[in-house]
Amino acid sequence: MFRFSPTSIDTEAARRELQDPGAGGYASFEGWVRDHNEGQQVTRLEYEAFQELAMKEGDRVVAAAMRRYPVKHALCIHRIGSLGLGEMAVWVGVSSAHRGEAFDACRFIIDEVKHRLPIWKKEHYRSGNSGWVNCERCAAPPDHAHAPDQHAASTPK
Amino acid sequence: MSAHPIHGLILAGGASTRMQRDKAAITYQGRTQLDRAFEMLSRHVDPVFVSVRADQGSDDTRAHKPLIVDSVAGKGPVVGIRSAFAAHPQVAWLVLACDLPFLTDAVIEGLLRARDAARFATAYKSAHDGLPEPLCAIWEPAAAAALADYQAGGGHCPRKFLIRHGARLLEPVDARALDNVNTPEEYAHALSTFEDTGAMQLKIHYYALMREQAGRSEETLETAASTPAALYTELAARYGFTLLQDQLKVAVNSEFSDWSRKLAANDAVVFIPPVAGG
Repeated sequence: MFRFSPTSIDTEAARRELQDPGAGGYASFEGWVRDHNEGQQVTRLEYEAFQELAMKEGDRVVAAAMRRYPVKHALCIHRIGSLGLGEMAVWVGVSSAHRGEAFDACRFIIDEVKHRLPIWKKEHYRSGNSGWVNCERCAAPPDHAHAPDQHAASTPK
Repeated sequence: MSAHPIHGLILAGGASTRMQRDKAAITYQGRTQLDRAFEMLSRHVDPVFVSVRADQGSDDTRAHKPLIVDSVAGKGPVVGIRSAFAAHPQVAWLVLACDLPFLTDAVIEGLLRARDAARFATAYKSAHDGLPEPLCAIWEPAAAAALADYQAGGGHCPRKFLIRHGARLLEPVDARALDNVNTPEEYAHALSTFEDTGAMQLKIHYYALMREQAGRSEETLETAASTPAALYTELAARYGFTLLQDQLKVAVNSEFSDWSRKLAANDAVVFIPPVAGG
């Protein structure tokens, strides 16, 4: 299951949603707002989402992870709105009988969520400038190379 | 001298003789022609009035809209335009016939962009004969006196008036945008082709960089674009989007879509710039 949160993510409550008598382990991932990106000093972030589609696509990502790995439960929560440094932007939790698939499913979910869901991040910099990540530079003339995945929007699979 | 402000005027005072029913009230995609024209013009100028004869105005189609009732004698669209100048002498009027089902927002934008306030009017050339189209045109207040003289001299045709006085003329945006529909046969034909090629109303939502560049988070518009690709081309020209189509994904009705999908009336379209979740 996937959902958005307009306020701080309550990881304890989220973790409880994953409890299962058959689960022998639990793995989680937290994405935090860091203070720099590509040489710029970041002061805060804004997340914006096309929520109706992102929630459908997020559910599809989690369902794909559960088909792929034999886990008990999986949940991803993504923040929207304005976030300060150190705040949690995204949380993924997975419970399963054994640790291996919990780690694998957790990794799969965060990777797919980053690439597939219509969510955008605006960075505000110490310089006073701001920019939409992955959108501003690739709009410039193609006179310098980027990794291909920085150019492409999400690809539904 | 700065140009006069522009108000909108929908001409809905015609007798509809050939149609054999009130043209303002015939519907496309569930909305009356008058509502469609009024909503479209309201997206570009403010305020918008409906021009009616003295014996109209209380019917369901026209009620609840700001009206300008004919105040000068005579017949035809010249009377409606002169009555608007009489009511508000210091404004230019973007005059629109109510029976142009294929009209698009881009046509009105083109008119506003190319406005030449030093002429009596700014109008499109007919795609059929190259002559001025007076009923999708901006009429400047300087034309009011000459229009009164023209009518006093027995003239009643706004097209001939513009030919005589030399309006600023624009090349047509698309061949059928200003085709009007006068008879039941033309209406039936317009209805039958509408689903394929007619202008339709779409809803567009903008997010992130697209929202900032469009200067809005959503809009409703009439467009002749039949695919998301054609729609993006139209909107990129309007808003100067910096991203190319192949850098984007598109969603229709909250699902990812092909760029070549056939759009239907009232579809909701979202252009998805490169994502950055997590």
